[in-house]
Amino acid sequence: MPKSKQQRQLFYIIPYGIWLVLFVIAPLILLLFQSLTTQNGHFTLQNYATYFASGTYLLMTFNSVWYAFLITIITLVISYPMAYLLNRLKQKHFWLLLVILPTWINLLLKTYAFIGLLSKTGTVNNFIGLMGIAPQQLLFSNWSFLLVAAYIEIPFMILPIFNSLAEINPRLAQASRDLGANQWQTLRRVILPLSMPGIKAGIQAVFIPSLSLFMITRLIGGNRVITLGTAIEEHFLVTQNWRLGSTIGVILIVAMVITMVLTRERARKSSRNRG
Amino acid sequence: MKKLVMGMIGICTIVLILFGTQHYLASKTGTNVSSNKVLNLYNWGDYIDPELLKKFTKETGYKVSYETFDSNEAMYTKIKQGGTSYDLTVPSDYMIQKMKREHLLLPLDHSKLTGLKNYDTRFLNQSFDHNNQYSLPYFWGTLGIIYNDQYINAKDIQHWDDLWSPKFKNQIMLIDSARDALAIALITQDKSVNTKSRADLAAAQAKLTALMPNVKAIIADEIKMYMAQNEAAIAVTYSGEASEALSHNKHLHYVVPSEGSNLWFDNVVMPKTAKHQAAAYAFLNFMSDPKNAAQNAEYIGYATPNKKAKVLLPKAIRQDKQFYPNDQTVKHLQVYDDLGQLWTEKYNDAFLEFKMSQK
Amino acid sequence: MVKKIKWANGYLWLVFILLYLPIFFLIVYSFNAGDVMQGWEGFSFKHYTELFADTRIIEIVVSTLLIALLSSLIASIIGTAGALYIYNLKYALAKNIFLSLNNILLVSPDVIIGASFLILFTVMGFALGFTSVLLSHIAFSIPIVVLMVLPRLQEMNQSLVAAAKDLGANNWQMLSRVILPVISPGILAGFFMAFTYSLDDFAVTFFVTGNGFTTLSVEIYSRARQGVSLEINALSAMMFMVSLLLVLAYYIISTRSGKNKKRGTRLVLPASEGL
Repeated sequence: MPKSKQQRQLFYIIPYGIWLVLFVIAPLILLLFQSLTTQNGHFTLQNYATYFASGTYLLMTFNSVWYAFLITIITLVISYPMAYLLNRLKQKHFWLLLVILPTWINLLLKTYAFIGLLSKTGTVNNFIGLMGIAPQQLLFSNWSFLLVAAYIEIPFMILPIFNSLAEINPRLAQASRDLGANQWQTLRRVILPLSMPGIKAGIQAVFIPSLSLFMITRLIGGNRVITLGTAIEEHFLVTQNWRLGSTIGVILIVAMVITMVLTRERARKSSRNRG
Repeated sequence: MKKLVMGMIGICTIVLILFGTQHYLASKTGTNVSSNKVLNLYNWGDYIDPELLKKFTKETGYKVSYETFDSNEAMYTKIKQGGTSYDLTVPSDYMIQKMKREHLLLPLDHSKLTGLKNYDTRFLNQSFDHNNQYSLPYFWGTLGIIYNDQYINAKDIQHWDDLWSPKFKNQIMLIDSARDALAIALITQDKSVNTKSRADLAAAQAKLTALMPNVKAIIADEIKMYMAQNEAAIAVTYSGEASEALSHNKHLHYVVPSEGSNLWFDNVVMPKTAKHQAAAYAFLNFMSDPKNAAQNAEYIGYATPNKKAKVLLPKAIRQDKQFYPNDQTVKHLQVYDDLGQLWTEKYNDAFLEFKMSQK
Repeated sequence: MVKKIKWANGYLWLVFILLYLPIFFLIVYSFNAGDVMQGWEGFSFKHYTELFADTRIIEIVVSTLLIALLSSLIASIIGTAGALYIYNLKYALAKNIFLSLNNILLVSPDVIIGASFLILFTVMGFALGFTSVLLSHIAFSIPIVVLMVLPRLQEMNQSLVAAAKDLGANNWQMLSRVILPVISPGILAGFFMAFTYSLDDFAVTFFVTGNGFTTLSVEIYSRARQGVSLEINALSAMMFMVSLLLVLAYYIISTRSGKNKKRGTRLVLPASEGL
């Protein structure tokens, strides 16, 4: 028996392992190497010193984490009821496809559409103008940035939550009601814990990429919010200072690993409860 | 499981159909790069009239394979790293200097160029490429101010210093570029836009920070769109952006402050990766032909450095002082030099700190 | 109860409207007689005629779809193998290490991925073009597939696997009869997300492409300096309508087959219907 398991594992690890070595570990080594050397190839911690000594970068790091957190919360709050309600529809997979469909339109184009919608003479202002409200400054504000970022991330949150909700046996909810729980209690004590793996997958799929958002920070936020993604972009392209860019990249990866470890810990506990 | 297998078969079928279509299209348009009669052109997106590419193929027999980039720096990284075989590309001034210094360009053989005499001498022999050893001008332009006459009086905004006026609180859109933003502050303080003095740069950063209350947003290519939609009253941006915005909103105007500004160039160069030099020269000569250059200038809407082509343009365009400023103004314009690694970083750090100083 | 359903439907409608508002905005303006997404100047098909005359852009669309479909298909296979491998690992520490490595590409900004892949390909002497773009897209899509498949595995009923083992199922039978059917919604979610990532990617493709090969995103982003023309809107509108028709076709087929299906089969393998 263990032998067959070994064979199985070998079969899985070959394609995945090749990918890991070539496209993850090799670039990671390159990144570490660049962040730890000077132009002449000597070992240095200077780049890290620059990063941690600079108030600008620390503030930026704080900004990135804070906004990624906000984006994740907003998407979760919108997506969970959505996924829950979608699950109760007949033909739910059809409706789910309709949620995915908008993600296939180019991101830059959608952002331009938002500019057209939210600008001072845009559709939204024309619409509220009909109700007698004067045109508002909607763009270049934190909330418009959050709105567009959440818009982009919502499908990535709905999909995993939907999947784990679909898995839940409807009889469990029924049983809970039979035992006298009201709707709210059923949701909180039965449905929510059972859909936890989906919520976690969704948070990871949204929070991690949100840390390095850069394009909409400029287009919609008018560079009022500056994230680490922007700084890396700049160091790799404009200043061509790949060493400092790599340093920030390494710091992002460390931040991601910390988030992973924190969420993993809880995942184990909850699975023990269930098992 | 059955559905999974069905799905996979379905996708594979679509993929096969797409492969077929791709092959068919490639054979029809003849973009097979393996053939010898080809020109690999690496340019900004939509930066040439597609009709001209067709005409070029018809006249010379060279098929054009057109690839695009979105910034000088991205283009530079690709050419430097190798693995590509572009015959011609279109960097801006400072980038030409940088690429030249790093031996990424091939010198142009002037005996093979037939259209050199068509160019305006004011735009030849620039500091970034003496005697045009490596490049031929493609388009040129300036850095300036767009304003909307619905909100702003023309006389209130003729000079860079006017931007600091308390009247314009939260009304200005600024271009997201370290060089350009700092250039404005440097010019108002009578300093060179290529300064390598710490004191000058610090003073410029301080001056720029004082502009912050007036700054509504710091953005890039989207400025033209925002200005056309009346989102802001004033914007600082390039003439190319401006001409695009002006063509969509009649309330917009463009000023190049007479005390000085940046003069920029997009020039055609031959990177060291070039494999089809004959095709490249054919294209350079084709584009310096006055008729073709004029057609391209009308399509793109930028200012042409080709003086014989300029004559062929409609009167309304060639006499437009906004985009073809008079000699007096042109004399005060400064071209960016490549600052080198250290100073590029210093300029960028200053600009980043400025951006972070927003409330 | 009736009131509750109304609320639920209202919420669904609201989110769908939000999701589709920018898309409709883009589509409406693709019929604008003017040249920008602002100021309606009358109805016209001129951007569509422009589009059909432009063989270059049609060629680009075909390449884009090819890359997106192939890369997400291959990424789904490798990613599923990876998820199975990680799931079968005994030690929590090993799981954590693999998961962190897996997520590195998710957290890295596109410029870093693009630049390091470019270095990787040139160091290996790999010709830039279709293959390098395909490999890169597979590479950055794998982690999202793993992220979508893993929660399904964690939710999988262990007794099902044990029962199959007791009945003497070999590796392949276990995989194809027991495991894959249960995790297929996760695989499909991963496939769709990979597809989205691939369609939207600009920076990575930009760096690793060459020899005249371009995708739609690269084309759109590099047009930003001159202004993205409404021809691109027309193109997106067409692509959107085609995908919508496909989804509707799916809806019709599945409602028909749904009528013939017996409900009983569902209870055994609730996930086997997939999307």
